[in-house]
Amino acid sequence: MRSVEIAVVGAGPAGLSAALSAAGQGASVAIVERDEHLGGQLIKQTHKFFGSSRQEAGTRGMVIAGRLSEAVRGNAGIDVRLGSTVLGYYSDRVLYLEEPDRLSKLKAERTIFATGAAERMLTFGNNDRPGVYGAGAVQTLMNVHGVRPGRRVLMVGAGNIGLIVSYQLMQAGEEVAAIVEAAPRIGGYLVHAAKVRRAGVPIRTGYTVKEAVGEESVEGAVIWRLDEKWRPVPGTEERIDCDVICLATGLSPLTELMWQAGCRMAFVPELGGHVPWHDDDLRTSVEDIYVAGDASGVEEASAAMVGGRIAGLAAARSLGHSEGVEERLAEARRELAALRAGPTGEKIRRGLERLQQGGEGR
Amino acid sequence: MRIVEHPILDFKRGRLVRFTFEGRELEGFEGEPIAAALHAAGVRVLRRSAKLHRPRGFFCAIGNCSSCLMVVDGVPNVRVCVEKLRPGIRVERQEGHGELK
Ligand SMILES: Cc1cc2nc3c(=O)[nH]c(=O)nc-3n(C[C@H](O)[C@H](O)[C@H](O)COP(=O)(O)OP(=O)(O)OC[C@H]3O[C@@H](n4cnc5c(N)ncnc54)[C@H](O)[C@@H]3O)c2cc1C
Repeated sequence: MRSVEIAVVGAGPAGLSAALSAAGQGASVAIVERDEHLGGQLIKQTHKFFGSSRQEAGTRGMVIAGRLSEAVRGNAGIDVRLGSTVLGYYSDRVLYLEEPDRLSKLKAERTIFATGAAERMLTFGNNDRPGVYGAGAVQTLMNVHGVRPGRRVLMVGAGNIGLIVSYQLMQAGEEVAAIVEAAPRIGGYLVHAAKVRRAGVPIRTGYTVKEAVGEESVEGAVIWRLDEKWRPVPGTEERIDCDVICLATGLSPLTELMWQAGCRMAFVPELGGHVPWHDDDLRTSVEDIYVAGDASGVEEASAAMVGGRIAGLAAARSLGHSEGVEERLAEARRELAALRAGPTGEKIRRGLERLQQGGEGR
Repeated sequence: MRIVEHPILDFKRGRLVRFTFEGRELEGFEGEPIAAALHAAGVRVLRRSAKLHRPRGFFCAIGNCSSCLMVVDGVPNVRVCVEKLRPGIRVERQEGHGELK
């Protein structure tokens, strides 16, 4: 059986950053990714990041993914395993892998789970019709594979993802019929909202989807208004002509492996659902297991990168690779606190507090 | 349905290859997900559900949700959103749970 000091599961921004920081301390690292490419969700993000992140503001997500991937590939201390899915974790610190041509085991003193998140479904009539797609799926189809998702799209959700993907759809030559948002106001940044509005896309706050129309696949949608208690108002139905209903209604952390490994889990709505309890080092209740990125709580890519750095540094330190590690950890923690400061970080701060209350320590 | 011009992106596509869908010959780019090739050809119904036989397509496109299971070269339950297109493969809609022959 092959063995390594630190295994990182998932090669999105969190996993790549974790691998780099751990290898930087001198630990031997393997990064395991089920996809054929490094970068996770970032490879399909064509828009520029702004504001929050000091280093990467103004850079497109896919460019950031490229930089991190190159650094990982160029690092002799990191063994990259693409096309390999982690299927399980055994208590003797062994990961079970499905590689392209075989099943194998990998022994790791520490494991960092950076498996990301899955898109959430929304309940409405005929929500299983072909043509009801997640926003990430729409992004993958058009930005990675160059295929238009349809002809005319109804976007559901006016958070940043819904707004940004609407804009990207228009760049791909698609028409966006409208954006519906159940909340009374737009959740995303107003710069993004202004951009789609300027392009003539109406943003209908206080509305949701009642049902998808079409026998074999989506041929339209019926939307209706919600009252101040979020109850639909009969008689307010409107038919929207569209062949795609795109759901940008949130993400849930992908935590199956941590459930299976016996990490103590807590339900924290602000973090996207069930997440493993973790401390400031991103260490879970199972001593050898760390978590980073969306899997530790749905946030955004900048926080995922800093979180990954912290998990990588802390895991390396726990194995005795401690040269200069305290200063690096302190700096990363400062950066994370800065990212979460202010009104946009309020929800995450509340969620992390709840996580600590719901947890009883290690 | 293929994006030809894009203000930011430049698509690197594999060579054009043929495959069959329900016995019908279609074309797609080698190495792209089977679901992308089908979608570009206008095919959105990928299978029928086990109990109510409702039409299903893909949902997540990254191999998480299992909404896109099809029969590929006789093998059922293939997640076509992450399975690569190869020349000459036989792709069929899956009815229900699929059968291993
Ligand atoms: C449509 C959309 C738009 C977004 N826009 C922005 C934005 O503008 N700015 C921003 O900051 N953030 C944005 N985000 C969020 C950002 O993409 C995520 O917060 C970030 O990618 C999380 O990083 P991560 O490394 O935790 O997870 P991911 O990027 O999801 O990476 C997880 C990786 O783990 C792999 N994996 C999962 N399970 C296994 C397993 N069992 N074995 C092996 N590998 C596995 C996956 O294949 C994946 O590559 C957006 C997200 C979406 C969906």
